[in-house]
Amino acid sequence: MPAPKSVIAALTAALALAGQAVSHAQQEVRIVVTGSSTIAPLMMDIAQRYEAWHPGVQVDVQTGGSSRGLSDVRRKLADIGMVSRALGEEEDDVAATRIAWDGVALIVHAQNPLERLSDDQVRAIYTGQVTRWEALGPWDGPITVVSKAEGRSTLGIFLAHLGLDIRDIRAHTIIGDNEQAVKVVAGNPRAVGYISIGAAEYHASAMTPIRALALGAVAPTSANVANGSYPVRRELNLVTHPDPAAPVEAFLRFASGQQVHDLISDHYFSPASN
Amino acid sequence: MTLFQTIISRPHRTRPFRGPRAPKDLVFVVVLWASGVLAIGAMAGVLIVLAIGAAPALTEAGLAAFMADGDWYPTAGEFGLVAMVAATLAVSAGALAVAGPLGILCAVYIRYYAGDVAGAAFRVVLMTLAAIPSVVYGLWGMTVLVPHIAAWQPPGTSLLAGVIVLSIMVLPTVAVLAEAGLRQLPASLYLGSLALGCARHAAIKRIVLPSAKGAVAAACMLGLARALGETMAVLMVVGNAVAMPDSPFASVRTLPANIALEMAYAIDVHRSALFVSGLVLMALVGLLLVMRWYWGGADAAQS
Amino acid sequence: MRRSLRPFVNDLVVRAAVAAVVFVLAAIVVHVVTRGAALVSWDFLTTAPRAAGRAGGIAPVLVSTAAVTAVALAAALPLAVGAAVFLVEAVRPHTVAARLTRGCLGVLAAVPSIVFGLAGNMIFCDWLGFGFSILAGGLTLALMILPIAACVAETTLRMHGEDRRAGYALGLPQRRIVWSIMLPAAAPGIFAGLGLGFGRAVAESAALIFTSGYVVRMPDSVFDSGRTMAVHILDLAMNVPGGDGNAFATATVLLVSVAAVVALFTALDGKQGREFV
Repeated sequence: MPAPKSVIAALTAALALAGQAVSHAQQEVRIVVTGSSTIAPLMMDIAQRYEAWHPGVQVDVQTGGSSRGLSDVRRKLADIGMVSRALGEEEDDVAATRIAWDGVALIVHAQNPLERLSDDQVRAIYTGQVTRWEALGPWDGPITVVSKAEGRSTLGIFLAHLGLDIRDIRAHTIIGDNEQAVKVVAGNPRAVGYISIGAAEYHASAMTPIRALALGAVAPTSANVANGSYPVRRELNLVTHPDPAAPVEAFLRFASGQQVHDLISDHYFSPASN
Repeated sequence: MTLFQTIISRPHRTRPFRGPRAPKDLVFVVVLWASGVLAIGAMAGVLIVLAIGAAPALTEAGLAAFMADGDWYPTAGEFGLVAMVAATLAVSAGALAVAGPLGILCAVYIRYYAGDVAGAAFRVVLMTLAAIPSVVYGLWGMTVLVPHIAAWQPPGTSLLAGVIVLSIMVLPTVAVLAEAGLRQLPASLYLGSLALGCARHAAIKRIVLPSAKGAVAAACMLGLARALGETMAVLMVVGNAVAMPDSPFASVRTLPANIALEMAYAIDVHRSALFVSGLVLMALVGLLLVMRWYWGGADAAQS
Repeated sequence: MRRSLRPFVNDLVVRAAVAAVVFVLAAIVVHVVTRGAALVSWDFLTTAPRAAGRAGGIAPVLVSTAAVTAVALAAALPLAVGAAVFLVEAVRPHTVAARLTRGCLGVLAAVPSIVFGLAGNMIFCDWLGFGFSILAGGLTLALMILPIAACVAETTLRMHGEDRRAGYALGLPQRRIVWSIMLPAAAPGIFAGLGLGFGRAVAESAALIFTSGYVVRMPDSVFDSGRTMAVHILDLAMNVPGGDGNAFATATVLLVSVAAVVALFTALDGKQGREFV
């Protein structure tokens, strides 16, 4: 019966070949960055540029969430953690470098004619006191409230801005990442959600049928996030051990410097350093 | 336990004589036992990882806090998992109720209706569909299915959407495994019933399917297992509001979705509470297996 | 009248069910391919991703996918066959060992992939020291495939009890019976299980984010981190504004390559496949 044996042989050979390839020892410097899925795509671009400019250094970017970034740095599985929120007071065992800002704006479907919602109206929507658009202006139908999952920093600053507790929120759809909110709202003319301003700006330019509304009085643009006039924003941080190795420190300087501002803007965030 | 039961009911009392063992045979037996132990070890490894992660929450809040019929606000110390357990069962059972019969019919089609080429082609299609990443099914559900449901019964993200997407995902597994089971039946069974004058449908319904009961049940059980554990696609279409599944149009959250949704940003007790939801899910599956073992007592005796 | 109508109705039910399934599945495939096919080109297949995947191709992603899948199948085949032979040959059906093994496999089949990811991360990346690597990802996937492959292998092995007893009657040693009689006879079933396992491996993303990782550099060895197609699709669709196009393009490539591999599998065991009807 040749079939199973030949398959086993082929698979064994594949493994052996793969094992052979391992025997090149790596003399290169390798920096492992893990954490927030929000920052990871940006960090991947920064890492590619850094590798191109510094031959002999490899920067491996991994994702999986802010909490994983923190725990990997603590467990020494990673050199740098990506954390898309401000660090708490009890998290002083790691050093944070802020690389960018990310603002939060409301989004509604493009067909929704409302020009703005006051904070009181948003509060009423998200606590379930207002359940139909008729109560708010020239739009009708039941409101579909889209909110973020517990623990997400976007939710945290949204709640803080409105002065609400998580237990006050009455949401119909709870989502994880920004793009999920965009797709839910784009598919439902009666939905309202909140996402990163950069992502909202991109989708407005890409003809996705969503529209950004301000939280508060200032227009939701990334320029206003960068200059600090738009109040509802979070920081994107890189965390390390307080005393990082020299190559890690060099990379941190690079990632928080002018050389990557164009990449940060490409990803619709606002650079933190000026 | 009848999950991985034999396909044909045939007396299994025979105990082959095993003569004195050569050293080579001994090595063989050791390797066999090692394989068995490895399968148990894989399960144990997963359990240990979950238990280590779950320990802080269980010591701090106690198991009772998770079993209480309360809300789920882990950062505020509320850990009720009951609604999510109910939702997980509802979505999975719904998916199996749709995908089970359809999958078996597809297997019957491949085996007894389609010609050689059509049958093989359909099987290739099914196996390809089993390899589509769940995020792709989720994207389709989010951008095509959910808006349709939303236009009819808002908010659209619902138990119903979850059942539909999940049944599509589970169907290839059930169909391919059931077909593999049908294929194992002796040809004489089907041909014999035709020779005795049975119509095709009668032969399939009364002879073939009952004979393949074990394999078909195993296929459905693996389909159910897949449904219970499915994460991304479900997360994208069910809405994830923590609530009892009291209507097909209600937004619900399943246990795997709970883990995937919150794990990324959870810290401390919150993170640990998510490991508890993993443990609860595994206990749920274990319970289902035990229940099937008791209910399927008659089947089990055959194997 | 009733007698002549019934077979017709029964056949109709089967064909209607198949038609419904084909229709829905075709809708999904068309949804993916119409959005992705136009973006697939030779350049797309042979260059590395740029701008977080919004631009450029997927060459390193293809290589990583093949490597992770190969490791997973290479590890899952002996594990699954071993577990199945163990259940058939080494223990009798109602012993504690048999029940425990079956129960463990049954529960393992329902473990959510993200939990496999967390466990694989802790066991392979951390305790065994493989780090984020193709090896760690492949081994994690092997554990995921194990229940389904072992179940099908066991079911198939049990079908050939006659041959097995004939072997014992001839006084053959157990290892010869397994290696020369049972495994060849059960090969088609083992292939079917492995085929489904292959599908799960290719489709998996949540378990791999935590193990084989997210790096899009061309991997040098199985100890390098590498991003698979499913992870790439997930990231582009959920995290990267403007990533949808390349996500669908990657999904199209994935669909076509999986269909090719599965068709090859089917052709390989086609001879044994339909020996009657």
